[in-house]
Amino acid sequence: MSASVATVPSALPAIMLDRLPLLLVPVLALVALPLMGSVSTWVTLTVAGLAMGMIIFIIASGLTLVFGLMDVLNFGHGLFITLGAFLATTVLGSMADWTASESLLINLLALLPAMLVAMVVAGGVGLAFERVIIRPVYGQHLKQIMITMGGMIVGEELIKVVWGAQTIPLPLPAAFRGSLLLGEAAVEKYRLIAVVIGLAVFAAMFWVLSRTKVGLLIRAGVQDREMVESLGYRIRKLFVGVFVAGSALAGLGGVMWGLYQQNVTPQIGGQVTVLIFIVIIIGGLGSVGGCFLGALLVGLLANYTGFLAPKVALFSNILLMVLILLWRPQGIYPVAKR
Amino acid sequence: MSAPLLRLEGVHTHIGAYHILHGVDLEVARGELTVLLGRNGAGKTTTLRSIMGLWRAAPGRVWFDGEDIAARATPEIAQRGIAYVPENMGIFADLTVCENMVLAARGARRAADIDAKRLDWIFGLFPAIKKFWQHPAGLLSGGQKQMLAVARAIVEPRKLLLVDEPSKGLAPAIIQNMVAAFRELKQTDTTILLVEQNFNFARQLGDRVAVMDDGRIVHTGAMDALADDEGLQQRLLGLSLAAHQ
Amino acid sequence: MLSRVLSGDLPRSRILTVVLIVIVAGLALAPFVFPGAKALNVAAKICIFIVLVASFDLLLGYTGIVSFAHTMFFGIGAYGVAIALTRLGPSWSAVGAGIGAALALSLALSLVIGLFSLRVKAIFYAMITLAVASAFQTFASQLSEITGGEDGLNFKVPELLSPGFSLAEQPFLGASLDGKLISYYLLFAVTVALFLAMLRIVNSPFGRVLQAIRENDFRAEALGYRTVVYRTLSNVLSAGFATLAGTLLALWLRYNGPDTSLSFEIMIDILLMVVIGGMGTMYGAVVGATLFVIAQNYLQDLMKLASDAAAGIPLLPDLVHPDRWLLWLGMLFILSVYRFPSGIVGKLRARK
Repeated sequence: MSASVATVPSALPAIMLDRLPLLLVPVLALVALPLMGSVSTWVTLTVAGLAMGMIIFIIASGLTLVFGLMDVLNFGHGLFITLGAFLATTVLGSMADWTASESLLINLLALLPAMLVAMVVAGGVGLAFERVIIRPVYGQHLKQIMITMGGMIVGEELIKVVWGAQTIPLPLPAAFRGSLLLGEAAVEKYRLIAVVIGLAVFAAMFWVLSRTKVGLLIRAGVQDREMVESLGYRIRKLFVGVFVAGSALAGLGGVMWGLYQQNVTPQIGGQVTVLIFIVIIIGGLGSVGGCFLGALLVGLLANYTGFLAPKVALFSNILLMVLILLWRPQGIYPVAKR
Repeated sequence: MSAPLLRLEGVHTHIGAYHILHGVDLEVARGELTVLLGRNGAGKTTTLRSIMGLWRAAPGRVWFDGEDIAARATPEIAQRGIAYVPENMGIFADLTVCENMVLAARGARRAADIDAKRLDWIFGLFPAIKKFWQHPAGLLSGGQKQMLAVARAIVEPRKLLLVDEPSKGLAPAIIQNMVAAFRELKQTDTTILLVEQNFNFARQLGDRVAVMDDGRIVHTGAMDALADDEGLQQRLLGLSLAAHQ
Repeated sequence: MLSRVLSGDLPRSRILTVVLIVIVAGLALAPFVFPGAKALNVAAKICIFIVLVASFDLLLGYTGIVSFAHTMFFGIGAYGVAIALTRLGPSWSAVGAGIGAALALSLALSLVIGLFSLRVKAIFYAMITLAVASAFQTFASQLSEITGGEDGLNFKVPELLSPGFSLAEQPFLGASLDGKLISYYLLFAVTVALFLAMLRIVNSPFGRVLQAIRENDFRAEALGYRTVVYRTLSNVLSAGFATLAGTLLALWLRYNGPDTSLSFEIMIDILLMVVIGGMGTMYGAVVGATLFVIAQNYLQDLMKLASDAAAGIPLLPDLVHPDRWLLWLGMLFILSVYRFPSGIVGKLRARK
């Protein structure tokens, strides 16, 4: 391990943060600008892309931490997204008079219980999922892949039992609909709200990870699980906590994604799964910062290509992943594992 | 003479299909520094890991302060007051030196919670820790990382220190720093079990010595006795003290 | 003699032998023993899936690689034949061209994917194959001019295989001797041939090296085997057989669309079949495919009865509703991964 680190002279330079990848997002946005034809289109798409990216980040962040911490990849992560989306239909559906109101505040107050219910239920299901599905197959990657897939299948079917197998519409609350005009660009209100919520979640995660002991434990555990245990911390409990938090976040993401699509199907989680995997691979498994960057890149790219060349939208994201892996085979911010 | 702080009784350890430890009997007396010597592959690291619960000691018993910890989980063993400095140092490269220390101080939520006097003492032992307090630990040199690893183990008082080859790969000047630091540590009545291949380093610090070969303890005794007996050294270690310089 | 045909890989269990004989006999005599179009369809589907699942077992059970791109190769085979027959008309040369083109594409893709797989961990690889297969499916449904888009392609097959073709006026032993019958027996024959070929492969020195790699690739590498080469080869072979299964599908259905061969549901189905049947056994594919396809078609009728019977009770009718049959199979799948990692075949063999 010491071989890869240069010997440091007695006077250390200032801490170097790997800032280069941060440029990727603005670079992508700027490259897309001339291709759009008009600035207003670019603005609309960029906001849409950022919003989508934020939602994907919320969903993917839990997954990447879980993998970094315990080497467990939950192929059934999409289940929590679907669950969140369906719960949103139920909760928001039951608050119809609140969502019909034109007041932004009342709409937000209606959204809050939907998000809370989704997070609590998804977190609860996550707890059960960890105990029943994942715990027995620690360290066995092949079995993990299969069994988490199995868990997703069963979970999806159970969702269909509860909510039925058809598409349920999830209309936006009244005040979220429509667009704001920034100059000539039309920016959808909901997308702006999604960006704000996404930033809030990111800020909260950042704070927890960098300012609390729990966050410290997570960051350390991602690098060297054994050493953290040797220091006297029960990392198993930490892992369960992170898994539950990740599932809850996926539930929250499901609510927002459902509103983004305005339609909820039982496959809604599975459909985003591929994008989420691409994001966490791009970001570096175990890195929240990388996940954030990756999500923004993927969101932007999906929207830009969706406008310019819809047929290759998914391929473009795969191409992005390949390019990034060629540059940094472990992702943008690989975790320095022992 | 009080009971030994640590006593291994007939410890066997298997890793997969490999039978590494074949009935290890070892005693570590309170307040002393015991050195575990042996050539590569003798089983020294395995012994430490077995004590720490990272590998399962079965059959056999590991008595620590009157309790059999052989079947306990690693975090619980650590919480009973055992600190472990592994061979690869276990430094969290992406965390700062400060964060590494806070992590090791179980009672601390932030750096300010660490006992200031103790921290000052550590800064005295290892000035580099203070100097690079806010820097990512991964940027430290090998020797500095080793010091950080030891510093972490003593940031809070512990009953037993398990240290695995702290002098490995270090320049002679740094090794001397390390010797000085350990000497000071010994004065605080900490019990230490030190694994080493560098006999010269071990000789300066050890009160007692145990030699391992092929997963068994083949010799125990006072360090001075071994250091004075070149013939014994030859038989046990294959080389004399002179060869290690 | 039988041992030679089966490449020395005998069932090694009385019950399993009986089961296999029943399945093979059932499939061989299906048109006569199980009259009706639905039954024949089920039999044909079983045959196709035996090949498809066996090829997946080669990859997962014998080499230890999880790939979600398997349906992609299945689809390539199906689309190859479909597009060829649509564009070039219903002739045998068109069929040949379709098969050839499909195999070539599969070969190229599996080579690329295979070489890529060696640099990344299993989990990475699984995720990437998922992404690629997903993209391919979207792609296929969007290239409407070539692939017929969402609606797929309907096409005619060579005269000998078409339902209109008639070998004899009178039905023979209850089955009419028409193109459908001929199609079926072509399917059956090819299935048997391909399965035996795969059996030969996994029991060859090559197959043993694959298993060694699956158990401990470091060791295999240390022993001098270039795991790179073996894994890639396994990938390519597996893809090839899947592609051939796809061509059979297209010839049977005379139709192909993105949901017929490329959908993720099929990938899940394959996974279920190989795990429940028994990974790394080949015979597991036979047992798993038969069980699954029969359940898919007939279990649902049973469930419908149960669901109707439970009609007043809350939740219960929804749980046993025929559309929810995947729920129960999914649970069986999870149980299998935990408790019976070697599936039904493994369990049967262990009893001996």
